[in-house]
Amino acid sequence: MTGAVEIRGLRVVRGGQEVLHGVSLDVEPGRVTGLLGPSGSGKTTLIRSVVGVQIVAAGDVTVLGLPAGSRELRARIGYMTQEPAVYRDLTVRENLAYFGRILGVGAGRVDELVERVGLVDERDRVVGTLSGGQRARVSLATGLLNGPDLLVLDEPTVGLDPVLRRDLWDFFHELAGAGTTLLVSSHVMDEAARCDRLVLLREGAVLAIATPGELRELTGVDELDAAFLRLVEGGEQ
Amino acid sequence: MTRRATAATGLRVLQQLRRDPRTIALIVVVPCVLVFLVDQLFADREQVFQQVGVPLLGLFPLVSMFLVTSITMLRERTSGTLERLLALPLAKLDLLLGYAIAFAALATLQGVVVSFVGFGLLGLEAESPTAVIVLLAVANAVLGMALGLFLSAFARTEFQAVQFMPAFILPQILLCGLLVPREEMAEWLQWVSALMPFTYAYDALERAATGATLGVRFWADVAVVVGVTVLALVLGAGTLRRRTP
Repeated sequence: MTGAVEIRGLRVVRGGQEVLHGVSLDVEPGRVTGLLGPSGSGKTTLIRSVVGVQIVAAGDVTVLGLPAGSRELRARIGYMTQEPAVYRDLTVRENLAYFGRILGVGAGRVDELVERVGLVDERDRVVGTLSGGQRARVSLATGLLNGPDLLVLDEPTVGLDPVLRRDLWDFFHELAGAGTTLLVSSHVMDEAARCDRLVLLREGAVLAIATPGELRELTGVDELDAAFLRLVEGGEQ
Repeated sequence: MTRRATAATGLRVLQQLRRDPRTIALIVVVPCVLVFLVDQLFADREQVFQQVGVPLLGLFPLVSMFLVTSITMLRERTSGTLERLLALPLAKLDLLLGYAIAFAALATLQGVVVSFVGFGLLGLEAESPTAVIVLLAVANAVLGMALGLFLSAFARTEFQAVQFMPAFILPQILLCGLLVPREEMAEWLQWVSALMPFTYAYDALERAATGATLGVRFWADVAVVVGVTVLALVLGAGTLRRRTP
């Protein structure tokens, strides 16, 4: 197995329009792979395809050696959607306890994750009263409950303050160090530097797959934001 | 399917309901007030109150649970939690049965309180034991839940879901036999009425209220109510898609 996720010729049609035009890529195991691109580039659709909740028109998506969406994968993938998919009328702990029971993990694990995502003081508050960033962290924690082999995060750091963002990225690398594969989408280029590898997506096609260092070398610019622009312009010429 | 996930879902739905005490109060108090209204309305015609009181009492849970479930399920669909749940090791049946357990519990509470008001305070009488009426009310509640679950798939907004009440429930109340005995309806209305689950729910209640022994027709009614519940749950499970466009 070369990749924790292997995508070959993935095409997805949504609302009568093709939004992914034959995407192929590998996600290396035990690494943090960043999926970057502007809003509307197809990041969420690609992520949904990996998780197996997206109807695909063509192509193969293999996750941990199995076809995406396989029943066996459901307990091995952690998934955080872009909009926090948590119950607003339950407390932080009640939310995590519910998802935990489905996954068969105990109350100890729930408390551990409440602490990990920095919500100890908020644990008995109803999620609807929390800030957007706090809600996102509850959602993230639900994806981590079962200690997944593959963690798929759709824009996990949107609306978070810089300190929290740094802490979460450190946490992601800690997880990768322990063997978890991470696929993290972002439209913020300054997060690209924190990834081991980058997949640059634009208008439903892969623009480049490289490490941040390779990308700087390839384009001859230091700022990843500028490097991305250089690639886009290069592609249009 | 696991008992753990089913129980977890039932507990979760009950926790959500507990956060909304006003809804619980409305579900329990409103039917009591309505039964009292009917009692007062027919103060001089005690016989009419006896005739409609028991069926009314047993049909409330169907209507309340239909509404509550269709909105809850719609929220589950639009908030993304349904997609999230279906990406987890959770059988669709776990989710549906979890809902059924939670709403049956709420319906039991409703049934017991309304029965106490109707039979205990307002002098309503039924030939069958009160427990039979409460059990029928709970069965009707689960039917309402199953119908709400299924129909919620056809609503995109809460406004639409609420409109299913006049569109789907009201015609059944009109035609079930409560207002006009079915035998007195035009023939085509009798046929339409025969296709509606409410008709059997009403007939069972009416027979339990007036007959001391419960005959074949009563059990046939119960079988239809249970059968339609199972059918609606199966159809409802079909509307829960793990993969979406």
